[in-house]
Amino acid sequence: MASAPSKLYSDDVSLVVVLLDTNPFFWSSSSLSFSQFLTHVLAFLNAILTLNQLNQVVVIATGYNSCDYVYDSSSTGNQSVGNGRMPSLCATLLQNLEEFMNKDEQLGKQEPEGRIACSLLSGSLSMALCYIQRVFRSGLLHPQPRILCLQGSPDGPEQYVAIMNAIFSAQRSMVPIDSCYLGAQNSAFLQQASYITGGVHHKPQQLDGLFQYLLTIFGTDLHSRNFLQLPKPVGVDFRASCFCHKNTIDMGYICSVCLSIYCKHLKKCSTCGSVFGQAQTQSDEPSATNRKRKTTDA
Amino acid sequence: EDEDDNLGLEAWERSYADDRSWEALQEDESGFLRPIDNSAFYHAQYRRRLRTTARIQKGLIRYLYIVIDLSRAAAEMDFRPSRMAVVAKQVEAFVREFFDQNPLSQIGLVTVKDGVANCLTDLGGSPESHIKALMGKLGCSGDSSLQNALDLVQGLLSQIPSYGHREVLILYSALSTCDPGDIMETIQKCKESKIRCSVIGLSAEMFICKHLCQDTGGSYSVALDESHFKELIMEHAPPPPAIAEFAIANLIKMGFPQRAGEGSISICSCHKEVKVGVGYTCPRCKARVCELPTDCRICGLQLVSSPHLARSYHHLFPIAPFDEVTPLLNDPRNRSRSTCFGCQQSLLSSGNKPGLYVACPKCKKHFCLECDIYIHESLHNCPGCESL
Repeated sequence: MASAPSKLYSDDVSLVVVLLDTNPFFWSSSSLSFSQFLTHVLAFLNAILTLNQLNQVVVIATGYNSCDYVYDSSSTGNQSVGNGRMPSLCATLLQNLEEFMNKDEQLGKQEPEGRIACSLLSGSLSMALCYIQRVFRSGLLHPQPRILCLQGSPDGPEQYVAIMNAIFSAQRSMVPIDSCYLGAQNSAFLQQASYITGGVHHKPQQLDGLFQYLLTIFGTDLHSRNFLQLPKPVGVDFRASCFCHKNTIDMGYICSVCLSIYCKHLKKCSTCGSVFGQAQTQSDEPSATNRKRKTTDA
Repeated sequence: EDEDDNLGLEAWERSYADDRSWEALQEDESGFLRPIDNSAFYHAQYRRRLRTTARIQKGLIRYLYIVIDLSRAAAEMDFRPSRMAVVAKQVEAFVREFFDQNPLSQIGLVTVKDGVANCLTDLGGSPESHIKALMGKLGCSGDSSLQNALDLVQGLLSQIPSYGHREVLILYSALSTCDPGDIMETIQKCKESKIRCSVIGLSAEMFICKHLCQDTGGSYSVALDESHFKELIMEHAPPPPAIAEFAIANLIKMGFPQRAGEGSISICSCHKEVKVGVGYTCPRCKARVCELPTDCRICGLQLVSSPHLARSYHHLFPIAPFDEVTPLLNDPRNRSRSTCFGCQQSLLSSGNKPGLYVACPKCKKHFCLECDIYIHESLHNCPGCESL
């Protein structure tokens, strides 16, 4: 049954869930300092809230050891914090962020040698999707949700399956995942995420002007994107890596039982233990330990 | 002559004509009207579904034939507008959902009309071609024949590679079958060919269908109404438990094509037209294809992209079901963990009493009932375990 559309929620009302990378190992070696980064982001969040009275913003911090919500513009407890010199959004967010980062540090893991440690993107993506499902459940009148990842840490290969699950779930719920990558290399996960879900991926050339990139590219609501020229996806690489050497291959062999990818012919699958080419009476099932082992296979 | 005044209703009244909002209300114990809270009911349904999907090996590469009964009985009107229309609509939705969950599998369509079984479409991986073929041929007449359908499908499925799982889904509206020979022999042949036959009946339970499903390891169910039929057919979209002897494990050679460069012009091998820009290049023979997954028409190599394989990984790494938690009323910890970890919804029900919620056995974080359903049925990641 279709009732007359309410004038309250027009096409351009958005809910933006921002996933903020707070990985200290990345920020300590980045050309843009974390405090400058926060200045750009806070101005951007304020700008989104002023674009439309009904816009909502939720911020989830992606840490090194944990993830948590740090700000929700629709919760009513925001008005109490404020010292008169900063808008209450900034004060609340900064206070919650500081508490989060203290807690995150205390859960301390050792820094791995050689490469920059990665943040827990799969955790914050999953939390964002749960929040968006709650918004969908609240009825027919709701803002258009989308997710914005502000990420600088490199991709963690052990999160591949979890991130792909989140991407497919976002695709089914029609939630675009925008991504702004601030690190040095390229992030294949974020490129794939934006391509599959219909979001925008961009790697800013000049980090001093981050606010301008954020506002002109990622500040646009979903309805207006039909009329705007936004950065197009170029060079998204969908080739797979083989499980044995982690090389990118364009032709390979797939195990028909567990779909593991190999670059050359083998007698037995190393993930599920199935012997190829003969009928089997019992084959092992890939267990959780196999999953961890698979990604550290040389 | 007022054209807005259809059925004697004003335009503003028509938007409320079908609205029966009083049915969503219920009186509670103190006599107040409250909206019906369905969340606990849906959650109980979902828990029942979860119990049946234990951690067992699933057949991921499936070759499924859908047999649609187009006999006289399919024109009955007990499903509105007719059984045939409902079946066609749900088969369309099922085909899309099937390819979404099983991107490496293939479907074929078979119709049974006037006692004869015809192959409507061959096994293929593109949902559009099946749906277009089905929508064109929806006339019903004559008798239905179970044996002819099974014979045809058994012949077609004998040609597929040995690593694939063979399945048949029969949507049966009739109450009888007109067979040329002994159907028990056909059932025996299907059993020997390791075909898993399932039936969804639209009228009443039949012994022969039940026997067929029990013998071949499939499932038999009878639909009560349109929404029940939709539920039953969607149960066949996720991969069924695999019996190891049914499919021989094998290494399948596949190609991972790159996207063709922007502005490159070539003739695509599927439509035989000139295309600019979008498309993929087969790594073996360099032919151009328009969409994935597909088989290269020139050299026969199966072409997929890594997200297609990743779609099935959640079957291999399922997450553990969450445990239900009945909170103790005087537990001091309840005050601190009063929101769902996933969506931040309050876990307290009305009156500030703790409501029913669930917890992950590994990371011990609390989740509300709706997040539990979403995490296990769609997301396949526990946010708590991923944030550790």
